[in-house]
Amino acid sequence: MIELDRLEMTPLLQCKNLVAGYRIKSGFVHAVDDVSFDLDRGGFLGIAGESGCGKSTLAYAIMRLLKDNATIESGSLLFKGADLAKLDEEQMKKIRWVDISMAFQSAMNALNPVLSVGEQLTDAIHAHEEATQSDARKRALEVLKLVDIPKDRFNSYPHQLSGGMKQRVMIAMALILNPELIIMDEPTTALDVVVQRTIIEKIQELRKTLGFSVIFITHDLSLLVEISDTLAIMYAGKIVEYGASESLFNRPLHPYTKGLMNSFPSLTGMIKRMGGIEGKPPDLLKPPEGCRFHPRCPQAIPICRESCPSLEEIADRHSVACFLHKGAEIL
Amino acid sequence: MLKDTFSLFIENRKALFGLMILVFFSGVAIFAPLIAPYDPKTNKVDVLRIVEEEMGRTTTVEREQIDEFTERRVYTQSIATTYERVTTKLPLNARPSRQHLLGTTKAGQDLFSQMVYGTRITLAVGLVTGLFTTILALTLALLAGYFGGVVDDIISLFTNVFLVIPSLPLMIVIAAYITVRGVIPIVLILGLTSWPWSTRILRSQVVSLRNRDFVRVSRILGERPLYILFREILPNMISLVMASFFTSTMAAIMGEATLEFLGLGNVSIVSWGTILYWAQNSGALLSGAWWWFLPPGICIALIGTSFALMNFAIDEISNPKLRKR
Amino acid sequence: MAYFARKIGLLLFALFVAVTLNFFIPRMMPGDPAQDLIDKMQGIPLESLEAIRAAFGVDSNDPLLVQYGKYLLNLLKGDLGISISRFPTPVWRVLQVAIPWTVGLMGTATIISFFLGTLIGIGVAWKRNTKLASFTVGLFTFVRSFPYFWLGLLLIYFLAFRLPIFPLGNAYTPQLQRGTMEFFFSVLRHAILPALTIVISSMGAWILTMRNNMINVLAEDYITVAEAKGLPLRRIKTLYAAKNAILPSITGFAMSLGFVVGGGLLTEMVFAYPGVGLMLYQAVQSKDYPLMQAIFLFISAAVLVANFIADIAILILDPRVRDGGK
Repeated sequence: MIELDRLEMTPLLQCKNLVAGYRIKSGFVHAVDDVSFDLDRGGFLGIAGESGCGKSTLAYAIMRLLKDNATIESGSLLFKGADLAKLDEEQMKKIRWVDISMAFQSAMNALNPVLSVGEQLTDAIHAHEEATQSDARKRALEVLKLVDIPKDRFNSYPHQLSGGMKQRVMIAMALILNPELIIMDEPTTALDVVVQRTIIEKIQELRKTLGFSVIFITHDLSLLVEISDTLAIMYAGKIVEYGASESLFNRPLHPYTKGLMNSFPSLTGMIKRMGGIEGKPPDLLKPPEGCRFHPRCPQAIPICRESCPSLEEIADRHSVACFLHKGAEIL
Repeated sequence: MLKDTFSLFIENRKALFGLMILVFFSGVAIFAPLIAPYDPKTNKVDVLRIVEEEMGRTTTVEREQIDEFTERRVYTQSIATTYERVTTKLPLNARPSRQHLLGTTKAGQDLFSQMVYGTRITLAVGLVTGLFTTILALTLALLAGYFGGVVDDIISLFTNVFLVIPSLPLMIVIAAYITVRGVIPIVLILGLTSWPWSTRILRSQVVSLRNRDFVRVSRILGERPLYILFREILPNMISLVMASFFTSTMAAIMGEATLEFLGLGNVSIVSWGTILYWAQNSGALLSGAWWWFLPPGICIALIGTSFALMNFAIDEISNPKLRKR
Repeated sequence: MAYFARKIGLLLFALFVAVTLNFFIPRMMPGDPAQDLIDKMQGIPLESLEAIRAAFGVDSNDPLLVQYGKYLLNLLKGDLGISISRFPTPVWRVLQVAIPWTVGLMGTATIISFFLGTLIGIGVAWKRNTKLASFTVGLFTFVRSFPYFWLGLLLIYFLAFRLPIFPLGNAYTPQLQRGTMEFFFSVLRHAILPALTIVISSMGAWILTMRNNMINVLAEDYITVAEAKGLPLRRIKTLYAAKNAILPSITGFAMSLGFVVGGGLLTEMVFAYPGVGLMLYQAVQSKDYPLMQAIFLFISAAVLVANFIADIAILILDPRVRDGGK
């Protein structure tokens, strides 16, 4: 399928030089700073980074759900020929949930505690199409079945479900209008490892049968190993490494990517180094001069302090923004 | 942290406005004798002055030869002084004018002076009661929250029960039985009927702090309970204690005005509540003397607003969601 | 059901505490109010003295506990004693006349105020960044700080005295035949200003509580989800935001009911509205202690029951409570 899409050559979503963030009294916080990526039809893009790196802002920007003082400053988000960044709210309403839906970070907070699961599933249908109660109900039961939730849970309230079930209900909700793209913002964070696993497998299985694309956002790079075909690593609002997952996993180039990879235990059982990366992500209001990662970078060289490296393609479908690899060819 | 809270508090426009109102009234209370043009209790102005002083004749009364060289004389001199006492009766039931900014009562007392002096009692009763209630509530909350178990169960139960027993009728009933009328009984009655609200809120905060990691660690390390209570729990709930103090004070000012309005306080003292009492009992309303009952209500509302604004500010500081974005 | 049982338990216990307070307050007071009263009321009928003695347990040789037992027993029989000021009418008879007026006035006004305040609260939270919303919040913060009775005085002055639109007090025109249409309208006309007083002063509390709850709820993820789903704004506002925000507001309603009722009592006093509040005032003035205490009991019981009803409303509205959680 991926092969087919490549032939078509028109990505489902093309994000170009997107700048988004929020205004506060003391200035503008560049939570998403000049981010570009392509997502193919049926593709699976993983975006990884520590919390506060701007990945959630990116997700909300694509959904055009930025609130209050948060805005898209510049750049474009081409989705099937339309620039999401420039649509007005009415036009966006027609696309949101119908074409692009989202599974939220914590299903516990994303489900309304005083409405039944069924009501929360069907109201999305009623909001977008003329459907009878029974048709909507049928559709809701179908998607519940897709995520392995028994029928009798239709009338349950969120608090009556386990954490994993809530998350699957959230995914069912995202599927209900059969969208082409689902953004998943850390959908498994609050769950234990075993449940995480089953959810990921479920997503993978659904994607194969239904053919939607996914942008999967997580702080846990290890989750993306098997499922994503493209990966973007974000640090302090910028994509620092981007490319085909296989290539990235086999040959991480950016010191930050390497650090992230070291922060999860290897599956072979040998715990190599669990240390991860020293220090904290920078304050996005006043990002450091030069490469934003240099204060924490174990391999920083003098130039890193002065200028900011741009994302450059080093090999086929593998780019990195790092002076260590500037102009270098991977052999 | 304390300092941060304070500077946030000052920066907050609502808080600043509230604080300004409070400072204004406090100033009025402190400098009442300098501000008030008349004695709040009398209906006349007495001016006593010396009109004329006449030196009388000096007469020698006694004369004595002590010895050959010394002579002693005693003189008497008479002085006649004429005093003038001008008693101006203040006009009765006068509208506000330049002489009487807020008019006068039916008995001829100057209402502006009454309002100025009334600020003293009203504010003092409010603040003292607020403090009393907060200390009572805080003590109960710390006991309940810290020791937990049966102590907590009992305190919580009674808090929840007294929270729903209507306090105003209770206050009225207690006040009706008290034969000694005065300020202190009022403070006691108000304090003893208004602790549950603060206790409930403070207690839940103590319980939540008690389960924080840093307190747990201290307990495991064997710190003394008193140290944990006063050094670790208390400093983290300053803003809530302040909020509860403001609310209690506000309630106390309202409660005091109410009890005094009903004549359950000492009606011979001058406070905003007793001004309303006399206004009501002299038929101010139906004789059209709006100036008699209007100012106390407005001032009570201003003070109430001042505390409410400061409370909003505290809410906003501790709950960023409420901040205006 | 555990929730229900707990609330019933709390209700009964609170009633018990109120009843006990009622017994002990006169006995714990410094001085001897009973003797004072007896001294003051020289030449009153002997039976009246008996009523006072019974109310205070003066001259009773029984130990306190026995007195308490007798008191409870009498209470269960519905015997609240004899009114002193309206001797020899039993207290409950006196009270009976006043209760319908109070329940009618305060019940209606409180319900109107709660619903109106909640609606406005939802509105000002929903449009929180508009000038109108800020103005409304500011206005009610100020209005809320007025003493109830003062607001009542103000309304009387302007709308009954200066512009004689409404009557100055009382609950009906005495000359009218009861049960006629005319009488009904007169009752309505007399109730408007007192009701307005209660509504205006108590509404601010509901507005501000609901506003804060709404703002907290509006920051929840499920609101964002609802927006993302493209739900109609009205549905988001009601079923997603308000339905969640109203739960703590109802608890708040229950908690401040006592306060509102207190304000209502004062309103009655100011308007000479012949309800329980005015009766309490008269009882205090005439030192009719048995009547006063019966009124305290009645008010407490009414507020406690209203609270219980609010708890039941939460049980119906919140699925989490229904399942016995939280």
